[in-house]
Amino acid sequence: MTQMTDPTGAPPRPPFWNDPKIRAIVFQVVVTLGVIAVGVYLVRNLMHNLEVRGISTGFGFLENRAGFAINQSLIAYDQTSSYGRTFFVGLLNTLLVSGLGIVLATILGFIIGIARLSRNWLISKLAAAYIEIFRNIPLLLQILFWYFAVFLNLPPPSEALSLGDAVFLTQRGLYLPQPMAQSGFGWTVFAFLAAAVASYFLVRWSRRRQDRTGQLFPAFMVSLALLILVPLGAFMVTGRPLAWTVPALEGFNFTGGLSVIPELGALLAALSIYTAAFIAETVRAGILAVSHGQTEAASALGLRRSWTLRLVILPQAMRVTIPPLTSQYLNLTKNSSLATAIGYPDLVSLFAGTTLNQTGQAVEVMAMTMAVYLAISLVISFFMNWYNARMALVER
Amino acid sequence: MATLQKQADLLPPVVSTGIVGWLRKNLFDTPLNAALTLLALYLLYLTVPPFLEWALLKADWSGTRSADCSRAGACWVFIEVRLNQFMYGFYPVAQQWRVNLTVALLVVLVLPLFIKRFALKRWLAALILLVYPVIAFHLLVGGSFGLVHVETSKWGGLFLTLVIAVVGMVAALPLGILLALGRRAENMPVLKALCVAFIELWRGVPLITVLFMSSVMLPFFLPEGLNFDKLLRALIGVALFEAAYMAEVVRGGLQGIPKGQYEAADALGLGYWKSTFLVTLPQALKLVIPGIVNTFIALFKDTSLVLIIGLFDLLGSIQAANSDTNWLGFSVEGYVFAACVYWVFCFGMSRYSQWLEAKLHTGHKR
Amino acid sequence: MKMRTMMTVVSTVALAIAAGTAHAGATFDAVKKKGFVQCGVNSGLPGFSAPDDKGVWKGIDVDVCRAVAAAVFGDASKVKFTPLTAKERFTALQSGEIDILSRNTTWTVTRDGGLGISFTGVTYYDGQGFLIKKKLKVKSALKLSGATVCVQSGTTTELNLADYFGLHKMKFKPVVYDTADETVKSFEAGRCDVLTSDQSQLYALRIKLAQPDSAVVLPEIISKEPLGPSVRQGDAEWFNIVRWSLFAMLDAEELGVNSKNADEMKTSKNPEVKRLLGVDVIKHGLGVNDDWAYQIVKQVGNYAEVFDRNVGAGSPLKIARGLNALWNKGGIQYAPPIR
Repeated sequence: MTQMTDPTGAPPRPPFWNDPKIRAIVFQVVVTLGVIAVGVYLVRNLMHNLEVRGISTGFGFLENRAGFAINQSLIAYDQTSSYGRTFFVGLLNTLLVSGLGIVLATILGFIIGIARLSRNWLISKLAAAYIEIFRNIPLLLQILFWYFAVFLNLPPPSEALSLGDAVFLTQRGLYLPQPMAQSGFGWTVFAFLAAAVASYFLVRWSRRRQDRTGQLFPAFMVSLALLILVPLGAFMVTGRPLAWTVPALEGFNFTGGLSVIPELGALLAALSIYTAAFIAETVRAGILAVSHGQTEAASALGLRRSWTLRLVILPQAMRVTIPPLTSQYLNLTKNSSLATAIGYPDLVSLFAGTTLNQTGQAVEVMAMTMAVYLAISLVISFFMNWYNARMALVER
Repeated sequence: MATLQKQADLLPPVVSTGIVGWLRKNLFDTPLNAALTLLALYLLYLTVPPFLEWALLKADWSGTRSADCSRAGACWVFIEVRLNQFMYGFYPVAQQWRVNLTVALLVVLVLPLFIKRFALKRWLAALILLVYPVIAFHLLVGGSFGLVHVETSKWGGLFLTLVIAVVGMVAALPLGILLALGRRAENMPVLKALCVAFIELWRGVPLITVLFMSSVMLPFFLPEGLNFDKLLRALIGVALFEAAYMAEVVRGGLQGIPKGQYEAADALGLGYWKSTFLVTLPQALKLVIPGIVNTFIALFKDTSLVLIIGLFDLLGSIQAANSDTNWLGFSVEGYVFAACVYWVFCFGMSRYSQWLEAKLHTGHKR
Repeated sequence: MKMRTMMTVVSTVALAIAAGTAHAGATFDAVKKKGFVQCGVNSGLPGFSAPDDKGVWKGIDVDVCRAVAAAVFGDASKVKFTPLTAKERFTALQSGEIDILSRNTTWTVTRDGGLGISFTGVTYYDGQGFLIKKKLKVKSALKLSGATVCVQSGTTTELNLADYFGLHKMKFKPVVYDTADETVKSFEAGRCDVLTSDQSQLYALRIKLAQPDSAVVLPEIISKEPLGPSVRQGDAEWFNIVRWSLFAMLDAEELGVNSKNADEMKTSKNPEVKRLLGVDVIKHGLGVNDDWAYQIVKQVGNYAEVFDRNVGAGSPLKIARGLNALWNKGGIQYAPPIR
């Protein structure tokens, strides 16, 4: 090599077809056009097919009378209600089972996850067995098992298992006494709200005092006492304005009181037990991610083991745990759609099932259903991102 | 001068060695732990002996009819009688050797990949990915080379479960890699947005709505007369769904590669594809192999959902057998059997993934 | 240069794809082209459509599809079955997933009008009834207030149930399942007191119980349920073929032609029989071979044979002909003449 290019001179501009910027633009234009073309193609086919086959379109059907009855509804519903209302009934049922499932799975998952790390050999192995058994069996199978093999094998209403003749467990569901507020119950509610506000300020005050002086104040216990005793006092003073309707066997079934249908029970059991196995692993990984030095430092400070866990390990573990925990919550919500296998009236089973079939407007109904799940996903991830950001700020 | 004579070490106290010591240390070190141990033992006592009694001691193992079962314990006769259906669905008995051959062929081809010293891995992998699917397709579907045509509606049982899982996986991985690369393409915002939208859309909806769309609604979006096999459509749905999840796993791996690697590849003058496929992607995939296996486990379990759209996979055929008039009341046996089969596969894979994780944990150790 | 060429190619391709939608009314053409009829049936209802232990589909609804295949291809085996739940059935037909829906489906005005499908006839005149455990000692549906009722989702049954209980000011709790199998399984387990469905189905489902005698069908019939095959709108030719495949079976019964004597009857002097069997060629304009009805009768049988072997005396269901007898034998099955 005798000649060298001048190192200071600008390199020659590459021909434009080799310029990465232009290439990127061309490539994106091509891909976008491709996606648009496919989209147009599909939508045109759809419009054409709907028109040729005389299928009615539009969302007008939501106003029509539904005419079928529903097993469980959180809002007023009867057969004269509209299809639009079945959408909300299904949505609320989905939210109910997901919400309860998330709470139960979290509690169970944390217990199992911590038990997995227990120094007690037996407890640790049992937790490991739980995790390995339940997360390696398909959820649908677990749902079918709980429903057909457990809940439907409970005794019939005539031989109901009862607790003090107020709570009854049968294959048709769990029946509980229902509290009915009488006049004057408002005072109890008011007292509860007042106690809640008071404990909020109490906790804030005790935190500030701790920051300032280092003295501990049992704020948790005191606010708990406030929250229980104050409303209770008001309740007693106003003359116990609460009546209970107790379920009783009448004809074919128990009537009166609150009832929990077995479909909900089976779905909830399967969802929370299955998801808890994953949450337990998440929690374990989170705790293991906290360096051992933290535990040693806490011991050196003379913290009790339970305090170490609560004040040192868990808060730090939460930061690692929250992102995977979010996706478990999302999974649980989406998995609740398996309700359709056992007839729990959730969104997919009720709206994308019965309503779709009665109206025949598959495109609109499926679009609404999928939009709901997408929205729930977005809301949960949005909330968790916000929480995550808040937790992350603690770190310097 | 007195010599310092070494004395024999004292034995540790008897309560801290042997079984007693182990028990004291691991089960009864604090009152709380002792209580927990007793509670756990009680729970085990409540659950394990009755289950064993039902499943093994009092179970019926031989016979051909439901009357052969005493009903004191499990009736495994039910499983034995239906076993062929649980494994192959309605695949004609005379043709089942084709299924066995396909599976055996796959096992024989895949096994050498696990041998460390095997030199031709790359060629073998290419063979498995490019040639094997063609062979398997012709073997299973038939209609050529003198083989009888077997409609996919006759496929079922564990065989169908495996078909869906394996095909879903093989299709989802490359698609997932492309999506992940698209999502990481910072200099192409439109492409990135499209990939993000695709991934989030599929991850946001439940699999059963996807399966419903692919099984009965897809023809709405196609010109009349253009229609293809129901199983194939379910496979496409599953593959696209899993591809979105796979994309996120691969993206995690790409993010875990130190920036220096990207810069080094650039500095060597490698183009995008070369730097991706020769430098960054192999490292990223190695990082996320456990994640990929976990996705596969999830996919394997998710295949059970096809029963909702009327395909008779393992769980579907058990569910169908449960409503056979001659065999009513044995659903628990069916479920337990299905649970065992799924469990063996999933547990095996998760153990493999843990072993891989340990083995591959090189180079990035802190 | 390169870029512009590429752009042109891409946009041309995109336009070409977007423009290439299919023409209307192509079901019959598509069926002929692919060489078989895709038929949507119930995933498991003895007597109507259910796979036997070898996976072969049997039932009255199944035979209707086989009759159509016999008419179109001269071969009753050129049909493939898609098992569907009640919820999936209309979407599957609308979308083109299946060519005929023959799945004990009730003919109603909203289905004919709004769903974009057309019913071609009635294979079975049915009505909704109730199945109840004997030990509950209920003799009338009017005594069912407060009962828990198992029902299949997405059916007219579900709607009639709500209407009936509402009309008689009775309360009930529905338990809704996707498939008949689940419904009967949970009725058996005791999740509900009553199972409601079309009466023919109740008899079919009752034999799925461990002890069929433990349940009785109540006398009340609370609705009209004309069950029949349906097709997509927009292909009148296909509609006619499906409609007349059923009529041919009914006409054959009326004329005394069945699968065993079809060949001898070709020599019959009766002009109606000659026209039916294609001996006297008529201008039927259905677009199928002239011996279409002969093939149906020969390979599938006439209506009496089909009824008998699937749901009637020759089957475990043993349902009487009742309304489904021919019009001249006390029933209401009546087919227009072939001429």
